[in-house]
Amino acid sequence: MATTTYTPLPVQTRSAAAGGSRSGVWVGIFAITMFFAAVTSALSVRQGSGDWSHISIPSIMYANTLVLAISSLTIELSRRAMSRSLATGSATLAAQGWLGATLVLGLGFVAGQYLAWRELAARGLYLATNPNSSFLYVFTGAHVLHLLGGIAGLLYLAARVAVNGTGLRRNSFENTAIYWHFMGVLWLYLLVVIGVRL
Amino acid sequence: MEQASAQPAHVHAPPQTFLRKHVFSLDHKVIGKQYYGLALVAVFTGMVLSWLMRFHLVWPAVKIPGLEFLAKGGAPGGVITPEYYLSLLTMHGTLMVFFVLTNAPFAGFGNYFLPIQIGAEDMAFPRFNMMSFWVTFVAFLVLLLAFFIPDGPPISGWTAYAPLSAIGNDAGPGLGWGQNLWAMSIAIFCIGQLLGSLNFIATTLDLRARGMSLMRMPICTWAWFVTACIGLLAFAVLLPACLLLLLDKLAGTSFFVPAGLVVSDRLQPHAGGSPLLWQHLFWFFGHPEVYIAILPAIGIVSHVLITSMRKPMLSAKVLIYSMMSIGFLSWMVWGHHMFVSGMNPFSSLLFSFPTLTITIPATIITLIWLGSLYGANLRINSASLFALGFVSMFVSGGVSGFFLAQPSIDIYLHATYFVVGHFHMVMGVAAIFGIFSGTYFWFPKMSGRMMNETLGKLHFWITFIGTYCIFMPFHYLGMAGNVRRYSSFVDDFMAPLMPLHKFISIAAFITGGAQLIFLYNLIHSRFRGAPATENPWEGTSLEWSMSSPPPWDNFGGRHPVVYHDPYQYGVKGSKGDYVMQDSAEQPATSS
Repeated sequence: MATTTYTPLPVQTRSAAAGGSRSGVWVGIFAITMFFAAVTSALSVRQGSGDWSHISIPSIMYANTLVLAISSLTIELSRRAMSRSLATGSATLAAQGWLGATLVLGLGFVAGQYLAWRELAARGLYLATNPNSSFLYVFTGAHVLHLLGGIAGLLYLAARVAVNGTGLRRNSFENTAIYWHFMGVLWLYLLVVIGVRL
Repeated sequence: MEQASAQPAHVHAPPQTFLRKHVFSLDHKVIGKQYYGLALVAVFTGMVLSWLMRFHLVWPAVKIPGLEFLAKGGAPGGVITPEYYLSLLTMHGTLMVFFVLTNAPFAGFGNYFLPIQIGAEDMAFPRFNMMSFWVTFVAFLVLLLAFFIPDGPPISGWTAYAPLSAIGNDAGPGLGWGQNLWAMSIAIFCIGQLLGSLNFIATTLDLRARGMSLMRMPICTWAWFVTACIGLLAFAVLLPACLLLLLDKLAGTSFFVPAGLVVSDRLQPHAGGSPLLWQHLFWFFGHPEVYIAILPAIGIVSHVLITSMRKPMLSAKVLIYSMMSIGFLSWMVWGHHMFVSGMNPFSSLLFSFPTLTITIPATIITLIWLGSLYGANLRINSASLFALGFVSMFVSGGVSGFFLAQPSIDIYLHATYFVVGHFHMVMGVAAIFGIFSGTYFWFPKMSGRMMNETLGKLHFWITFIGTYCIFMPFHYLGMAGNVRRYSSFVDDFMAPLMPLHKFISIAAFITGGAQLIFLYNLIHSRFRGAPATENPWEGTSLEWSMSSPPPWDNFGGRHPVVYHDPYQYGVKGSKGDYVMQDSAEQPATSS
């Protein structure tokens, strides 16, 4: 009846997981992907109603894309600097600097999206003007909300690094960086959807 | 790096203040109990609403004393209006599906026992965990707020079909701010469930004790894990659906409201939206939601049955793979809720086929239970009785699913009590039986005291017979053409069915009343019950390896090492016919 191996299997152990959860950020990314997949599928259904028009992308959104791409680069530099600091126990000045740059760029992106909404409004395109404008605001608004979550993560990291230096969990930094890169990839996807479908 | 990663996964210290201990607690055990408590409040509220509906259905002209004060517009003079009947129906469904069937078996028991059963000290993200409960609590308050605003609760049902739900008060009472509050509540609820699901998945993947391979996790842990995976996807779809509905209501967009719609002699200021879009988005969540309710119950019941049978399941692995298959297939079947929506008949066929396919893993699970029970020397107690009751309900309610999965039959039965009977048995009552089974089984661990077995058995028999008396006749009513969502049947072709309705209502009052026995048992045992030992049921999984109730960090500083699969029963161990998961002894086969 009992035919099991009676030695513990070499699976994930407490000490390996001690740096915090590595899966959480990927699970979160999966859920956010599903959120935007749902809105994209809603777009496909809604497009069949016959009142579809076209919106040209506000030009500032291209500049915003560049800003977000650079911020991905800076957080990567910050992550690497932090990784080195944690390994050597040395100062984290470079990590802090790149982290600050990422924060500024992230906030710049949000400000840029706000200017894009202003431009749309100036063209007479509001949330309820037509289905295209509705989806444009929903996509960009939802993305900014998720990005603000990333900015909150950056602020938390900055505070922790400032207070505690190298006492920070390595995973916290890596997970925030992964999330931030995902925000960039998500934005590229949305830009393509907006450009092609709206 | 070593300095950084040497920190334990959870660094929060034991709480000292009342607020931190019992209210804003980071402890998964307290959060689990909070979810359970919230579900308890919600289930009794939902049950009272169902009593009001059942009373009104059979005695439509009789006053319900005091109701006129609670619902001035909805029950003038104490008699429920047809619209208010629909409001009660909406709130009953919403409370039960979201705040009971999702909260108790998944978030409640899962929060309490998943970390313990895998040998972890807490969830992977305790702060997210706390947030998930309090967000859910806010969602509950926002929903109940609809009772107290002049508009009243919405009349659009728990499915909130557009355009009824999307055009405001022109379509009826409760569809203005009542519907807004409903959509806000469900959107908030989704956020809570997403945080919870994320935690369940990350915890299961990252925080298992040494030796706890995936296949050594108890079946109920597997059930919670699969449910979390389903929930993560399902609530991530319902959330944007509710947000789009709110935009249609509050910002004047047209996602769900079509052009040229005239309601109450008013042309609705929307254009081009698709009512079917709401149904697609809602049921893409809605069908997996059925499994979010039932899979944890399947897991709990399997766990209880194995412990009571004193032998392993025929195949725990096949059972786990079957649960995964159900989870996977749940994404392909949402259209079977929309057979009468006017969609292409070929689409119906495409949705019908996977729906019928789901019966295969469901039947495998049932056969594993029955085959394992055959010849077992089952220990009869309240927990195992409710587990057997669950199997019975699961089969009785599931069988009618065969009929409804076929479009040609569903078209006749869809808007009748047959469907109401089907989902109440297989989703509602079955899951509730799973909750009861889990409660009687784990209460000693959660509170440190035993529940009263005599009261538990009395509770079981009244509930078991009562629920059959209520919901089996629903199937007959449906076949006789009794439509659902009508508030009275006295003067039409359904009048001959009234005696049966009266029987159902009386059964509902008695069965509902019997739940007070459970409530009394729960509260009385909490304070006066006999003290529970560490392992009163002689179980093998990790929750039985610690004191009752468990210490703050679950294992009292010990780091459990797991040597066995969780179901080493029917063997010769040092303690009896079982060997604990964290015991290094090698059990000898007893027969």
